[in-house]
Amino acid sequence: MKRIFVTIKRVVDYNVRVRVKPDGTGVVTDGVKMSINPFDEIALEEALRIREKGLADEVVVATIGPADCQQQLRTALAMGADRALHVQTDATVEPLAAAKLFLKLVEKEQPMLAILGKQAIDDDASQTGQMLAALWGRPQATFASKVELDGDKARVTREVDAGLETLEVDLPAVITTDLRLNEPRYVKLPDIMKAKKKPLETLDVASLGVDVTERVKLVKFEPPAQRQKGVMVKDVQELVDALRTRGLV
Amino acid sequence: MSHKILIIAEHDGQKLNLSTAKCVTCARAIPDAEVSIAVFAADGAAVAAQAAALAGVHQVLRIDDASHAQLLAARIAPQVVALATDYQYLLGPSTTFGKDLMPRIAALLDAPQLSDVMAVESATRFRRPMYAGNAIVSVEIPAGSKLVATVRTASFEAAAGGGTATVSSVAPTAALPDHTRFVSLSAAKSDRPDLQTAARVVSGGRALASADNFKILYALADKLGAAVGASRAAVDAGYAANDMQVGQTGKIIAPELYLAFGISGAIQHLTGIKDARTIVAVNKDAEAPIFEVADIGLVGDLFQIVPELEKQLAGG
Repeated sequence: MKRIFVTIKRVVDYNVRVRVKPDGTGVVTDGVKMSINPFDEIALEEALRIREKGLADEVVVATIGPADCQQQLRTALAMGADRALHVQTDATVEPLAAAKLFLKLVEKEQPMLAILGKQAIDDDASQTGQMLAALWGRPQATFASKVELDGDKARVTREVDAGLETLEVDLPAVITTDLRLNEPRYVKLPDIMKAKKKPLETLDVASLGVDVTERVKLVKFEPPAQRQKGVMVKDVQELVDALRTRGLV
Repeated sequence: MSHKILIIAEHDGQKLNLSTAKCVTCARAIPDAEVSIAVFAADGAAVAAQAAALAGVHQVLRIDDASHAQLLAARIAPQVVALATDYQYLLGPSTTFGKDLMPRIAALLDAPQLSDVMAVESATRFRRPMYAGNAIVSVEIPAGSKLVATVRTASFEAAAGGGTATVSSVAPTAALPDHTRFVSLSAAKSDRPDLQTAARVVSGGRALASADNFKILYALADKLGAAVGASRAAVDAGYAANDMQVGQTGKIIAPELYLAFGISGAIQHLTGIKDARTIVAVNKDAEAPIFEVADIGLVGDLFQIVPELEKQLAGG
């Protein structure tokens, strides 16, 4: 069976204006909308498109986190994933521990591809995919904007600072998705009903034998320094004068 | 006891990327730092010499191999791990190069990684942004543990020149996979300065309304010797190339002067420019959020303002 392994993370929705708690212990999440990390949605969409082209048979979606994460797994199943795996834990799982847990799942599922978002929009770490590839001893093609499968190889175009880089990797491989790889589909109501019947397996961290003890302590959260509001000018002449006064042109 | 730090150099085979000099400044902020730089290249003579000239660098390690013409994370990481025994901190820039490579090193070392370090508070305490820069978090690592980190280049000045580090060639022993192969790099050819490191940046948003209209920004940029950037909305609409995107998911920059035309100022964009010395905003909408952070704001039609600005600057 040709399988694609996709990971998702439950994060504060993209459109929420995140605020730091007054006591500095974290950010406000009470009553805040939670969603699938947008880059992970792109990862799932890419996996579904590969399956729909007949190049894969099954898409398995996995997440790590508290019980509430099942909402996002159900959304992923409604988008079209075939099965879901939920490593249930209330602990804060750092990227390296997440990669170790995903490795356990990958060793069991033996996928031809693992597709992850390039970063989660909560901790903005951008580590888990690369770490999974390292631990798995397989190629990584990060920040992908185009993926073409060709037998036991994949050709991946990556968005790098210098432009677009293309790599050829042997499968199995890990791909992380950039913003413009695709546009994820919307979930339709009948699919939400169907998703309720799809298999969702819950696993616990202990049974996977991975130590998820935190190594990096998040000591204090602070809001960013605010820039001072500047001056308004009324025309180009005033703008040029202001730039010259400041020695900027 | 000194803290031994190894920085993985970013370069294009000829020239050391400015991001490496910024990593040196970050590294030297760690108490009792002894800073080394590793240069992986096909022929690293020129780049190693530039690295050795950075002030405060103790040693440059040159790892030459024909296969290093392209720096593939899968091949570089095991070699860095072989070198890492002697070092407590391994740093790389938070550019696509460093973001790709450093986590692979961290996983092989079973060491934690901090991404986008923006300040060093002590040998074990650092500050980094989360939630697209909406939270700045102080993080603490266990004393004495190995640490891998990427450095948010916009937060540090480049190290000065005048250094006289020794350069030594080394050949780390590591099994290198060949499961990953470089095919091509299509670089946007441009005579303009590099967006990531330019002192001046002219940037356009969705209000430009077409790729063709971006030409007026290029003309202004050329007058100013500036790089050209774009908002995510402009890139998504196809008006500008992907590698021009400024913001949380694009490039995070800190130019002396940032001129934003027709950019409303979504938080994702503001995250990418908040370290700019001076922000100038031109927008039709007086209520646009960009004016909340701009040092100089002008409400008006960019299609009139940009050409007039170009003319007036030419006259000066």
